[in-house]
Amino acid sequence: MAQIPPATRNAHEKVYAAAAMTVTLSVNGENRTLSIAPWTTLLDALRDRLNLTGTKKGCDHGQCGACTILVDGRRVNSCLTLAVMKDGAKVTTIEGLAGDGTLHPLQQAFIDHDAFQCGYCTPGQICSAAGLIAEGKAATPDEIRELMSGNICRCGAYPNIVAAIQQAMATMGDKS
Amino acid sequence: MINFQYARATDVADAVRQIAADPAAKFIAGGTNLVDLMKYDVERPLRLIDISRLPLNTVEQTAEGGLRIGALVPNSDLAYHPLVERRYPILSSAILAGASQQLRNMASTGGNLLQRTRCFYFYDTTTPCNKRKPGSGCSAINGINRINAILGTSEACIATHPSDMCVALAALEAKVHVAGPTGERAIAFSDFHRLPGDTPQRDTNLEPDEIITAIELPAQGFAASYSYLKIRDRLSYAFALVSVAAALELEGPRFREARLALGGVAHKPWRSPEAEASLRGQVADESSFARAADLLLRDAKGFSHNAFKIDLARRAIVRALTQAARGTPQIQSSKKIR
Repeated sequence: MAQIPPATRNAHEKVYAAAAMTVTLSVNGENRTLSIAPWTTLLDALRDRLNLTGTKKGCDHGQCGACTILVDGRRVNSCLTLAVMKDGAKVTTIEGLAGDGTLHPLQQAFIDHDAFQCGYCTPGQICSAAGLIAEGKAATPDEIRELMSGNICRCGAYPNIVAAIQQAMATMGDKS
Repeated sequence: MINFQYARATDVADAVRQIAADPAAKFIAGGTNLVDLMKYDVERPLRLIDISRLPLNTVEQTAEGGLRIGALVPNSDLAYHPLVERRYPILSSAILAGASQQLRNMASTGGNLLQRTRCFYFYDTTTPCNKRKPGSGCSAINGINRINAILGTSEACIATHPSDMCVALAALEAKVHVAGPTGERAIAFSDFHRLPGDTPQRDTNLEPDEIITAIELPAQGFAASYSYLKIRDRLSYAFALVSVAAALELEGPRFREARLALGGVAHKPWRSPEAEASLRGQVADESSFARAADLLLRDAKGFSHNAFKIDLARRAIVRALTQAARGTPQIQSSKKIR
């Protein structure tokens, strides 16, 4: 594993480098140890320190859902999560969903249904949908819409997103 | 976000010790509201005490037939807990009406009570706000106040409490268990949140060195006749303009017991003993509903942009009572009225 450089990204971290803390996360199945300032969000740690830029920064305030990832199997907003608080956690990002050479059923379904236009919200939509399917609380389109309401798509691909999630639910249901 | 130190609490006593030792410190659990406010520079703690690993994450039945909910139970787990779904469905409904599933997965039960207001001026550090900076003035009273309060306001503050969950907890008459340097105490839900008065910087009667450990529900859950109706600018994932928790016990066509709490209209969940008393023994029909609504809204006062909330609340109360009495509660995943 590559050596992680000390915290130097912004003025905060330079001034308070002494405050850096060691955090170990299992990210997409690989243990990653980071020395980070306590005010680093999980989103910034993933994007800027681990170069996992699939997870997007939209509003950075928990309102748009673009930063949605799975922490210990549950979907959360990584922009409102302090990385130091998740020491020891298992993190799954969009980069970790696909199997060896095969897309995750949700990734395939989003392609099949043209469930995006610009694509910026898509990693968050897909991770959120993975969480939704694992929760098992949504069956109807109404329930999918309600439980996906934390993910905003400003291109307005919602009907296709709902259709894609329905397809993935059926595919994944068949397998289990 | 300002720089801060980070420490973990090892147990409740340690958490209390750490917070009592440092007035500039704050607890963090789910962080959904605090981290957001820190990014806006509204909250500027010099030290965060992480309580998220404390063993306060269980839901247990009490000897009195109620439930004791640990302060760190995530909102989503609480909403879907089998005992809550079956015995306190109004609480499940209210929780699922709030935020998004991502946020509910993060947010804690105790933290939900301690949410700060969503008043635009509280968030905007370039404007005066008595809640953010005591004595600086209230920008909302003569500003953009469409989302602000119509009940229990003061000349210092017209902010609302944003929680949905708390509206249900008020109707259920929950108790808040807290621990501090001198021991533990229980606070009745109606005494937990405050009206703004001339100290709007204080949202609750929790002392700065106290920690919420649990929420206790009494045995009565009103599972047969309830509704949580939330009116907002979009169908999901928006704060309430007005919300109503109606929890009834009916005996034939008449009310034996009625609880009514409003959200989105005041600095705390709004109840009126007179409104609830007016329903007891009466036939559950449109006229008793309307009378209760009038009593609940008796002291309502609108501002330049939010006077519409008074009529909206009146109709929402009647609608929620109708749903509760008919046993057709508002379903949060389908906004159709049954």
